[in-house]
Amino acid sequence: MKPIIRVENLGKQYRIGRREARYATIRESLVQAAVSPINRLRRALNHSGNGSADSEGHIWALKDVGFEVKPGEVVGIIGRNGAGKSTLLKILSRVTEPTEGKVDLYGRVGSLLEVGTGFHPELTGRENVYLNGSILGMSRREIDRKFDEIVAFAEIEQFLDTAVKRYSSGMYLRLAFAVAAHLEPEILMVDEVLAVGDATYQKRCIDRMNQIARSGRSVLFVSHNMDLIPRLCERAILLERGHVAVAGPASQVVRDYLEDTPARFTDEDLSRKPRFGDGRARFTHIWLVGPDGSPKADHASGDDLRVRVRIQSHIQIPNAALALNVLTATGARIHSGWTREVGFPFFLNPGNQEYECHFLAMRLRPGQRMTIGLWLEAGDVVDCVEDALTFEILEGHGTEFFSTDRLQGVVLCNYEWSRVDDKTVPRSRDEDICNSSPAAHY
Amino acid sequence: MASTVPELAYDSDEISEQSPPGEPACTGYAYELPDQPLISIRPSRTWVALNLRDLWAYRELLFFLTWRDVQVRYKQTVLGVAWAIIQPLATMLIFTLFFGKLAGMPSEDIPYPLFAYAGLLPWTFFSNAVTSSGNSLVGSSNLITKVYFPRMIIPGAAVGAGLVDFAIAFALLAGLMAYYHVVVTWSILMLPVLVALTTLLALGVGMWMSALNVKYRDIRYALPFLIQLWMFASPIIYPASIVPQRWRWALALNPLTGIIEGFRSALFGRAFDWEALALSAALTLATLIYAAYDFRRMEKTFADVV
Repeated sequence: MKPIIRVENLGKQYRIGRREARYATIRESLVQAAVSPINRLRRALNHSGNGSADSEGHIWALKDVGFEVKPGEVVGIIGRNGAGKSTLLKILSRVTEPTEGKVDLYGRVGSLLEVGTGFHPELTGRENVYLNGSILGMSRREIDRKFDEIVAFAEIEQFLDTAVKRYSSGMYLRLAFAVAAHLEPEILMVDEVLAVGDATYQKRCIDRMNQIARSGRSVLFVSHNMDLIPRLCERAILLERGHVAVAGPASQVVRDYLEDTPARFTDEDLSRKPRFGDGRARFTHIWLVGPDGSPKADHASGDDLRVRVRIQSHIQIPNAALALNVLTATGARIHSGWTREVGFPFFLNPGNQEYECHFLAMRLRPGQRMTIGLWLEAGDVVDCVEDALTFEILEGHGTEFFSTDRLQGVVLCNYEWSRVDDKTVPRSRDEDICNSSPAAHY
Repeated sequence: MASTVPELAYDSDEISEQSPPGEPACTGYAYELPDQPLISIRPSRTWVALNLRDLWAYRELLFFLTWRDVQVRYKQTVLGVAWAIIQPLATMLIFTLFFGKLAGMPSEDIPYPLFAYAGLLPWTFFSNAVTSSGNSLVGSSNLITKVYFPRMIIPGAAVGAGLVDFAIAFALLAGLMAYYHVVVTWSILMLPVLVALTTLLALGVGMWMSALNVKYRDIRYALPFLIQLWMFASPIIYPASIVPQRWRWALALNPLTGIIEGFRSALFGRAFDWEALALSAALTLATLIYAAYDFRRMEKTFADVV
């Protein structure tokens, strides 16, 4: 199938530092023009090797980037801050020009690099809808046609004729997103517009993005939300310092991105971890133990998860509480072990002490990484280490038949499919899945 | 036993849009890919084409931005659009007092207030248009760094807004002409041509200034000063006739000379100075074309520098 977007060898170079492409005064430019032959001579004499930022102060924000997008594909673009994602979108949206390479687009482009571009605070909501719509590329007739939908989506019917500067931030965002959400080009490029707003607004945005993604349009989607990318996108491209590091199915690329740092498995020394709290006591070590109490490195799905922590306290702290949270790699909390919840009387004495939290039958999908966060409080926060330990979930009893794709869910549960109105249809009973419950252990 | 298929809650067209997560949607959305790319992005060479087709495609945006500039200018003001009249009117009164009466400036048989106002009208339009378009690109940095549209539209909208003010101030001129019982002749038909010429000149100068301003921020301070000098170099306060014949050509090098004198000729039915007018037209066109190409050349770095 012919691609709708073709990018070849794309590169974008920026000047940084003294000779950066920022605005100047004529005086500065004249002085520089006079001095430049001397500088050039100096550079020629001291010619050293090139780095990604050489002595002249050049940096390649993008280099040798190439990929194709088929019609109807939704592609996610992920990477750390500074990897070049926004620069890539800016070039594809023609906001800025590439230094080398080429791009061919076989459809009209709608670009959402920001929500509310061009909104003027003095104008009313109605006026801003037309203005913003026109800036985004909609014709006036198109805006007329969709006007009622846009206003209904934003839920601001009664405030249409008030100046936008009087809107609350929520109303402003809803209206801005409503206009953008009704853009219907063949190619849509979206840059992290979901980063702001309250939970309801974010959910609305995600639903709409989903709709757009399923509508058959080609979408390029830049986001830091690693839960969202595999849900919306079929493919993903990982950018690393301006280069394409990985490109492939979204869940795989996301996994590669998250697992970039190797997990340290054994007895985790917490002394250097980032933390906050008043420090009356400190977590010093954390480790997993097996059924016999000996330390282990990872967790087999379905087994009990036993986590031990060592706490060093300076003073006696009566009536404290300890929480140990099990999280996915993206930070979603699966379960927490909270001393207050089970009524465990917890207090600290000066010196070292060790505690264990014993989770029964933690049945998580193999092939993913979990993180443990620690929290100690006694009135105020005493110590909190958010990223204390990372460990891998391995295959366990009765997990062989489940998929290891994170997209299918974080936890495992036996299930079956059957038809209820026609008993002649055989049930989907995969005996192995249904009979593999580790409940048999107890 | 036949089992009845229950009524579907949605029609079959929508089914195709609900595919299991992670699989490409097979949908009824059909889009024929063109043979040639709709948009081709390449690093550009120094001098680029003007791309007039793109400008035409975005003409509605020009209208919206002009309308926005005008709206915003007068929202929350008491006098509203009357401000468009106050500037040339007040200037005219001051000029009449100091130059017309006290300094005794000749005005070629036209009452001085009318003489001055006829020159001030196109001048006010030109100076305001150039000043606001000069700052327009820098002022719209939020748009330039986030959305694509031909950047020429931004100074174009500033000139357009100035045109609206011009139309309003023209009403006062009509009133003044009636007051002074001026007889309108056929030469008034030249007026639209002159307005068009002024617009093109304002567009050329403004566009060029706005592009320079992005790169060299001292333009913002130099511009008001330049405009001030330009006013004295144009026959607004004085008629061109007070300049001795052998220096008249120097005055005509200012494209506004031909235009402003042309305004007076058109309004008051006097002879046109066709040579000066032709020179003005040539200079205007040259300025516009050069400014347009230079703008396009500098356009590629706007988003990076602004």
